[in-house]
Amino acid sequence: MAPSNDFLRSKSSISLHVNGEPVEVSFASYKTLLEVLREDLQLTGTKHGCELGECGACAVLVDGRPVLSCLVLGLACQGRAVETVEGMASASGLHPLQKTFAELGAAQCGYCTPGFLLTAQALLDANPSPTFRQIQEALAGNICRCTGYIKIYEAVELAAARLRGEDASPRRETLYGTDFDDSGLLPVLDAGNGSRATSGSETAAVLRGQPDRKTENEKPDGREPR
Amino acid sequence: MSPPTRVVGRPYEKVDAAAKVTGQTRFADDLVLPRMLHCKLLRSRRTHAILRRVDVSRAAALPGVLAIATGRDLPIPFGILPVSQDEHALCLDRVRFVGDPISAVAALDEETANEALALIEVDYEDLPTIASIEQAVETPFPRIHDYGDRDNFHKLVSMEFGDVEEGFARAEKIYDDLFFYEGNTHLPLEQHAALADLGPDGKLTLWSSTQTPHYVHRALAKVLEMPAARIRVIATPNGGGFGGKSDPFNHEIVVAHLSRVTGRPVKICLTREEVFYCHRGRHPILMRARTGVRRDGSITAMHFQTVLDGGAYGSYGVASTYYSGALQTVTYPVPVYRFDGARVFTNKPPCGPKRGHGTPQPRFALEAQLDKIAVDLGFDPAAMRLSHLQPPSSITANFLRIGSMGLGACIEKVVAASGWKERRGRLPRGRGLGIACSSYICGAGLPIYWNAMPQSGVQLKLDRSGGVTVFCGSTDIGQGSDSVLAYVVAEVLGIDPFDIRVVTADTDLTPVDLGSYSSRVTLMTGNAALQAAERAREMLVAAAGEKLEIPGSRVALAEGRVFDVEDPDKGLSFVDAVIAAESKFGTIGTVGSYTPPPSAGRYRGAGVGPSPAYSYSAAVVEVDVDPATGIYTVPKIWIAHDVGKCINPVLVIGQVEGSVYMGLGEAMMEEMAYRDDVNGNVMHKAPSMLEYKSPTTLEMPEVVTLLVEDPDPNGPFGAKEVGQGPLLPIPPAVANAVFDAVGVRIDEIPVTPEKIARALKARAAGQPARVGPASFPTIPYPDAVRIPTPAEGGDGRARDLAATGAGGVRKADR
Amino acid sequence: MLRLPRFRYFVPRTISEATAMKADSGSGSVFVAGGTDLYPNMKRRQQTPAAVISIGGLPELRAVDFSGDGVAIGAGAILSDLENDSRIREAYPGLAHAIAEISTPLLRNMGTIGGNLLLDTRCNYYDQNFEWRQAIDFCMKKDGQICWVAPGSPRCLAVQSADSVPVLIALKARVLLVSAADRREIPLEDLYRNDGIDYATRKPEELLTAVWIPRPDGWRAAYRKLRRRGSFDFPVLSVGAAVRREGPRVEEARIVLGGVASAPLRLTDAEERLKGRPLDEDSIRDAADAAARPSRPMDNTDFSFLWRKEMTKKYVASALRALTGAEGGRG
Repeated sequence: MAPSNDFLRSKSSISLHVNGEPVEVSFASYKTLLEVLREDLQLTGTKHGCELGECGACAVLVDGRPVLSCLVLGLACQGRAVETVEGMASASGLHPLQKTFAELGAAQCGYCTPGFLLTAQALLDANPSPTFRQIQEALAGNICRCTGYIKIYEAVELAAARLRGEDASPRRETLYGTDFDDSGLLPVLDAGNGSRATSGSETAAVLRGQPDRKTENEKPDGREPR
Repeated sequence: MSPPTRVVGRPYEKVDAAAKVTGQTRFADDLVLPRMLHCKLLRSRRTHAILRRVDVSRAAALPGVLAIATGRDLPIPFGILPVSQDEHALCLDRVRFVGDPISAVAALDEETANEALALIEVDYEDLPTIASIEQAVETPFPRIHDYGDRDNFHKLVSMEFGDVEEGFARAEKIYDDLFFYEGNTHLPLEQHAALADLGPDGKLTLWSSTQTPHYVHRALAKVLEMPAARIRVIATPNGGGFGGKSDPFNHEIVVAHLSRVTGRPVKICLTREEVFYCHRGRHPILMRARTGVRRDGSITAMHFQTVLDGGAYGSYGVASTYYSGALQTVTYPVPVYRFDGARVFTNKPPCGPKRGHGTPQPRFALEAQLDKIAVDLGFDPAAMRLSHLQPPSSITANFLRIGSMGLGACIEKVVAASGWKERRGRLPRGRGLGIACSSYICGAGLPIYWNAMPQSGVQLKLDRSGGVTVFCGSTDIGQGSDSVLAYVVAEVLGIDPFDIRVVTADTDLTPVDLGSYSSRVTLMTGNAALQAAERAREMLVAAAGEKLEIPGSRVALAEGRVFDVEDPDKGLSFVDAVIAAESKFGTIGTVGSYTPPPSAGRYRGAGVGPSPAYSYSAAVVEVDVDPATGIYTVPKIWIAHDVGKCINPVLVIGQVEGSVYMGLGEAMMEEMAYRDDVNGNVMHKAPSMLEYKSPTTLEMPEVVTLLVEDPDPNGPFGAKEVGQGPLLPIPPAVANAVFDAVGVRIDEIPVTPEKIARALKARAAGQPARVGPASFPTIPYPDAVRIPTPAEGGDGRARDLAATGAGGVRKADR
Repeated sequence: MLRLPRFRYFVPRTISEATAMKADSGSGSVFVAGGTDLYPNMKRRQQTPAAVISIGGLPELRAVDFSGDGVAIGAGAILSDLENDSRIREAYPGLAHAIAEISTPLLRNMGTIGGNLLLDTRCNYYDQNFEWRQAIDFCMKKDGQICWVAPGSPRCLAVQSADSVPVLIALKARVLLVSAADRREIPLEDLYRNDGIDYATRKPEELLTAVWIPRPDGWRAAYRKLRRRGSFDFPVLSVGAAVRREGPRVEEARIVLGGVASAPLRLTDAEERLKGRPLDEDSIRDAADAAARPSRPMDNTDFSFLWRKEMTKKYVASALRALTGAEGGRG
């Protein structure tokens, strides 16, 4: 019989991998993974919005699967591999999802963002070319109150394209809206070529008439009105 | 024509985007300090009761409990508006709703604090309860508060602009309709949290997820009786606000007090249920709209009546009441206008400002009624609206000054994009299209408490490193206000916005900005930042001109260089230009501030409605209704928004899409529902994320966003608001689309499948094909204050200054 | 932060170890697999077990075995695995659909089929935090005396809300219950009792180890679910319908309602009306008409109970239509 853990105020220890690193942590034995991450490992990137499995803000990956850390007992993570938002970026930079979420404003207040990022990462790990419907369904357990999800879908689609090795840029409609008025109200430096700047050097490049990003995807997907 | 912009109008990332996508943004509950204690609040279990006894002795004896507070420790009242200082940090002698805080515990950990709460003994003496508008109107006594205009009416107002009777006499048809808009709440993903730390120097620091650190600062000073100069409030990045974090809250004052008592940092993070009790969300409003029109669809007169269910406290409610009658005039000409407004107290969590503050409800009524009028008069609803637009650069009957006005372009765009002309009326059975328009303020003309100081201040620091720091009291709640500051300054100084450091929302470090509410931030902080940056630019131009031996008029700033426009190779790096300026002028610091132009109205109540500029939106919603069940989906929405000028189009679109989402949630399913039949209590039916129905990815339709730029002279670079306005047309457009689809009127928000099914049944039984309120209670509105309109030669003052009525507004009541 | 109460935590390595632990620890202990039902209940203090026995990691509970005369699904099988199991999608598409309708993708990555079968009954007066329930003086399901849904009711009216149950009953599923001393197999419908508190006939010491579904053999099943949103929400009315046809005529039909009572509700009248008739608009209308009367939802879930009752007919008809092949792909 596996030993039970001493209960009440006593702490228990487990060893696990968090973001690829071996970790030993001791915590009050009734704590959920959410509490262990935030309070005992100081990984506060994982958020909480209800603690009852009703919002998705606390999603993390356990052994590669996105789960609700508020409903996973810390003790149940002995020997598991846990990935949190803090582990998504690597020495070579942000994960493509992190990059596209930043580029497209898919993180407004940013509170639901870690949960969305990890859920989306699991989706793209399993399915590099998800359809729009598959993205919607995969993210149906995460509530966002700021974005209406649209920029999030677009960020996932763009990251998926880049992860597939495509030289993808945001669509023009994503950045400027549909049917942008061409009567001199367009962003002045952007007339026609759809390039965008994400840094000052790019701005400078655009100023010189040499956008260092190619034009946007010329092929709008089926959701576009035209 | 202004010169081309290099930063403004471009889809840059937000300056805080990298932190947000890596989990490094520090929200209030992410903060931990050494020796930190944890606070929990004991909340009332009764709806309305006198507190006979609160005994904390057993709780205090629990090991691990360091301090307990009750109402007597913090007896000074507070509230967001000077006219309704009706809240206590902890209830003094009475509780007014289930969830009203009574006592607070600071303990070594949250579990111990919770255990202590269970040991606090409270004796309640129940009082009669009020659960609805109707009950409040019928129940003069006992009063929930001993102030307010009379009985359980918190506020009663009546204003008449021009000769309304004459206006109705000129009407060829008069429409008289009742509408109801159920209350709903913000539901930010982040639960409110605050951390207080009273240092050994006697200075208090409060970190809080608040949209209004300045007002929290004032409330803390008042209730704690501490000099404001010794209090520092830092607004942490808000994990969603939407108006729900705009009031000073009990828990913020309580943790500050407990830190003072214990000498240790004290943190609180509310549970989701407690967030529902903080509320301050959308007021339920019962409305009567009486509108006179001529056969061409033009409005001759309007009489609009509202009753707001305010909940248990004042909050922003006086302003909400005025807002429920303020913006009816800014979209289509209303030559004469009467507004009667009332707000009642009920024993429920207090209502306050939610995205669109007080205006989505009347906008729903107005746009739904216009749809009925168009159908009745045989007009295309879009065409009718287009032919009666309030002109730009005009003044309304209630003295609101309109600047740029792009509603016509908005309507044309959504009509074209949605295929309105070709598709409306020709869709398969059950499918329908509905249109609605709206407008919103870009900041309130007047501050919440009367003062002559700027509403927004910015300081800029430049030094020899080339570093530029912007300091501003504004609070980023996800809308990107920190980024807007960087973009504006970068634009003026010709540098990369990501080279700028932005310091915001810290009352010790940053000049006052009133907060992130009323869609004021881009316009007001943007203008303040523009002024500060232009002053810095002048210094750089002067110093660089001297160095380059050219007149200042030839100096340009771009791409991180300061150079001769006539010989671009001749110039200095930005760093060298700052060094030159610092050498010439000494330490470089500039300031900018913004105060809105004075209101045109001078009557009492004229403080609500005026704004430096008005944004405009139009939306077409497509619905797919199953007539057998009433169940419907929204496959697609087209929305056009006149934002004046995009400071950053991708962020503008994000605000439009987010507003559409929130408006759609309200239109379809979100509601603050209560039960008043349980154990004598008025209970929130289901204060949880599961049962408060926030739409998921599977409900969110495709949204086509069309931006209109009609620059406003009062906006920075012409910019107007976008954070709230695009919510407003969605609920009426949904209701109008349901009518187009199945021919029934749902004059009530939310438009639920049950209501559609009921209306279809009524129609089948030969009854009116409508679900909505059947009657409007008799409200003791005061005699109207009569204000001649501008067209009648009015100067903005009331005709009879003595006629203030029961709802007379005192000076600070704005 | 809502937190769990304190409890002892046991991790058995085998089923027999688990049942032995249960026998040893007595009535104060509960089994947990995915935790998606138990832990929220514990955080809200609806359940405060002294000990929790975790069976989620037992490999013998995870198997999906098609080798016999049907399929035996281990109670610990994860919902999203079942939903994506091509053999289940092939043989029991109605079940795969019902499972895919449970809560959210994140939750289905944790929850198990056994957990869904034994999902606690739900009620707006019960699924609330401790403090909320304290304000109503609790209810008879936990800590209180009366049923607020119908104060005269002698029994608790909390609602059966598990998505997988109606379809599984329609498919004649059976479940295996194992205790330290005994093991028994019963039809799934016998697992339930129309009592919101004592809603399962499982004995406290028994562990539900597997659900067995007979080979489809001409049976086709469909699931329809009424709820506010396409995700998260529990069914407030659900229909599991299955028919076996020989030629054009319905040989046998089974229709089960969920979300309207404390137990799943077999609609035997409606079933009878289909027998021997082709599955067409006429027979479907007759069956749907017969479905409305026994459906008696109460005012303790989302949506008004009157409308939920009205919807019964439409949802039964919709489920049956799906079996004609005339509606939707997800039969």
